[in-house]
Amino acid sequence: MKSAQHKPGALETRLRQTRDSGRKILVPYITGGLTGWIDAIRGAAANGADAIEIGIPFSDPVMDGPIIQMASEKALRDGATPISILHELRGVDVSIPLIVMCYYNTVYRAGHTRFANSLREAGVVAAIVPDLPLEESAHWCESADSTGIETVMLAAPTAPDERLHRVVERARGFVYAVGLLGVTGERTELAATAVAMATRLKRITDMPVLVGVGVSNAAQAQQACAVADGVIQGASVVRRLLNEGADSVAQYVAEVRAAIDSPVSSNR
Amino acid sequence: MMNPKQVPRELLTPGADGRFGEFGGRFVPETLVPACEELERAFNDAWNDSLFRTELDDLLREYAGRPSILTECHNLGAQLGIRLILKREDLNHTGSHKINSVLGQALLAKRMGKKRIIAETGAGQHGVASATAAALLGLECKVYMGAVDIERQSLNVFRMKLLGATVEAANSGSRTLKDAVNEAMRDWVASVETSYYCIGSVMGPHPYPFMVRQFQSVIGKEARKQFQELCDGSDPNIVVACVGGGSNAMGIFSGFIDADTRLVGVEPAGGAAVGRGTPGVVHGMKSYLMQDEYGQVQEAHSISAGLDYPGVGPEHSYLASVGRAEYPSVDDQEVIEGFKLMARAEGIIPALECAHAVAWITREAPKIQGQTVLMNLSGRGDKDVAQMMAILGDSLS
Repeated sequence: MKSAQHKPGALETRLRQTRDSGRKILVPYITGGLTGWIDAIRGAAANGADAIEIGIPFSDPVMDGPIIQMASEKALRDGATPISILHELRGVDVSIPLIVMCYYNTVYRAGHTRFANSLREAGVVAAIVPDLPLEESAHWCESADSTGIETVMLAAPTAPDERLHRVVERARGFVYAVGLLGVTGERTELAATAVAMATRLKRITDMPVLVGVGVSNAAQAQQACAVADGVIQGASVVRRLLNEGADSVAQYVAEVRAAIDSPVSSNR
Repeated sequence: MMNPKQVPRELLTPGADGRFGEFGGRFVPETLVPACEELERAFNDAWNDSLFRTELDDLLREYAGRPSILTECHNLGAQLGIRLILKREDLNHTGSHKINSVLGQALLAKRMGKKRIIAETGAGQHGVASATAAALLGLECKVYMGAVDIERQSLNVFRMKLLGATVEAANSGSRTLKDAVNEAMRDWVASVETSYYCIGSVMGPHPYPFMVRQFQSVIGKEARKQFQELCDGSDPNIVVACVGGGSNAMGIFSGFIDADTRLVGVEPAGGAAVGRGTPGVVHGMKSYLMQDEYGQVQEAHSISAGLDYPGVGPEHSYLASVGRAEYPSVDDQEVIEGFKLMARAEGIIPALECAHAVAWITREAPKIQGQTVLMNLSGRGDKDVAQMMAILGDSLS
C-alpha cells in the first residue's frame, strides 16, 4: 500500500479523520435544483451524512440510469443552471463538506478556472466529473488543484491494476470505486464487483475508498462497508426526494447510518 | 473564400490523444477507457492485416455490391448550368453508405471475440445496416432509436426486426438520435465485456471518428479514380455531401483532401453544429456542438432523422477550423424542393439527408456556373416516402 504523495485537502482530511475514528463514511447524492433539494441536504446532514454530493443536472447524463436522468430533466425544466445551483448552495449552513458532480461540458463551457473558482465561492470543496477520465483530466486538475478543489477520480472494475495505480495517484478527496459495470440506479442485490473493487483499491492506497453506483439500500451499504471505508448513495436518495420529498431523504439517511454503524457480523 | 492552397492538405491520423487539431479525444466514463484502448489496438492491428483487409474487400464487393457507380445528372446539370455527378452509395446493399463501416466494424467485433453488437440509429439506415451485418456474421444485435424516429421511420424499424435485431426506444430528452446515442452508451457501460458498440458515424470517443472514416474512405478512393476516368484525369471543382455526424462526407472528402477541390458539407438549418455551434464535449468527443450558455446540449430539429443531431464528428470541426472544408446549411423547405427536383429531373429518389446536398447545389448554382460538382448520394429515399407522402400529399399533380 502506498501513502498519498499530495497534501490532503479539506475533504480528504475530514474523511481520513472520520475513517480513522472507526466510523464508516456516508455520502448521499442529491440532484441540485429539484424541489426540496436544499432541505434534503440539511436533512441528510442532520441525520448522519459525512459529506453531500450535489449533482448539477446535464442534458445528456450518460453515466446515469432512469432515476437520475428523470431528476436531471425535471430540474432543467424547472430552470436550474450551474449558476443558480451554486448560488443557492452558498446559503446552506451545514458543517459537512459539499462535493459537486457534473459532466465535463458544464466545466468546459464555463472555463476550467472560472468553474473551479465558482465552486470555491459556493463553499464546495471537491468535484466529480464522471466523463473526464485520467487521460483527459490534466487541464481541469491543474485549475482545480490551484484553486483548492479536490478532484475525486473514479476507479472502474474494467481497469487493470496498472491503471488503478495511476487513477489513485491522481485522486484527491477520496477514491470513488465504481461498484458495478453499468450506470447509476437501484439494483436488487449488491454486485460482487462492489466489494471486489473496494478490496483491490484498499490494497493499493491509504486514501478513503468509497463505493458508489448500485449501492441501493441500507443492507447493501452495510455489505459494501465490510471492506470499503464508506458508500455513496444516489438513485435511492433521489427517488425518495422525487416521490416523497426531503423528509423522506432524512429518514432514509438515518436508516443507512444506523446500518453501517453496526457491523455486518452482528446481524448474522 | 479562403484559398485552398493555404490550408492543410493532408488527411490526419490522430495520435495517442485521439485529436484532430484540438478536436476529438476520449471523454468517456472510466469504465469504458480500457475498452476504447483495446479497440484502438484491435483496429490498428486489423487495418494493417492483409487477411482482414481482403476479407472486408470481398464482403464489400460480393455482399454490399461495391464499387458503387458514378451517375452523371445530364438533365439536372443542364438545368442548373453545371456538370453534376453522383457517387451512388444509394445503390449499396441496404440502401446507404452505412454498410461500408458496419461490415468493417462487425468483422472487427468478431475478431475481438464479441458476440453482441449495439448500435444507435437516427433515420434507421445505420440500424438496418448493423442488423444486416449481424445477421450475416451471426452476431446478436440491439439497436437504440429515438421514440420520435421510430414513429417517422417505421419501415426501417420493421426491416431491423425482420433481420433479427431488437429495437429499443430511447424515451429521454428529445427522443431522437442524440438520445439514442446516450442509451447505446449506457448499454455499453454495462455490457462492455461482451458487447461491441458499433457507432454509426465519424463520432464518439477515439478511435471511432478515425476508424469509421477509414472504413468509409472507400467512397473517396473509388470516387476520385472514377471521376478522373470520366473527366479526362481532372478532379471535381466541388465535392459536396450532407453532414449530420458526417460519415458519408468524411468518406468522400478523404479522397480529395489533397486535391484542388472545394469540400462542402451541408448541414440542416436546425442542426447546424459547425455553422451555429461552439466547441463542446458530448458523446465522448470534443467538437462543435449546439449548446446553451451553460453547456446544455440543444435539441436539433430537422426534417431528416439522419441529420437530427446537435453535434458533428470532430474531424469536420477540424476541417472547418483550418478552412479546408465549408459547412453551409439549408432549411427544410429547400430540402423538400431538392427531394422533388432530383426525383423528377433524374428519376432518382434521394434520401432526405442527401436532398440537403441537392438543395445547396441548386441554391449555389448561379455562382458555380460551368463547374464540375461531385455529390455523394449517400442513401436512397425509399425510407422517406411515407413521411413525404404526409408532407406533400395532394400537392403533387
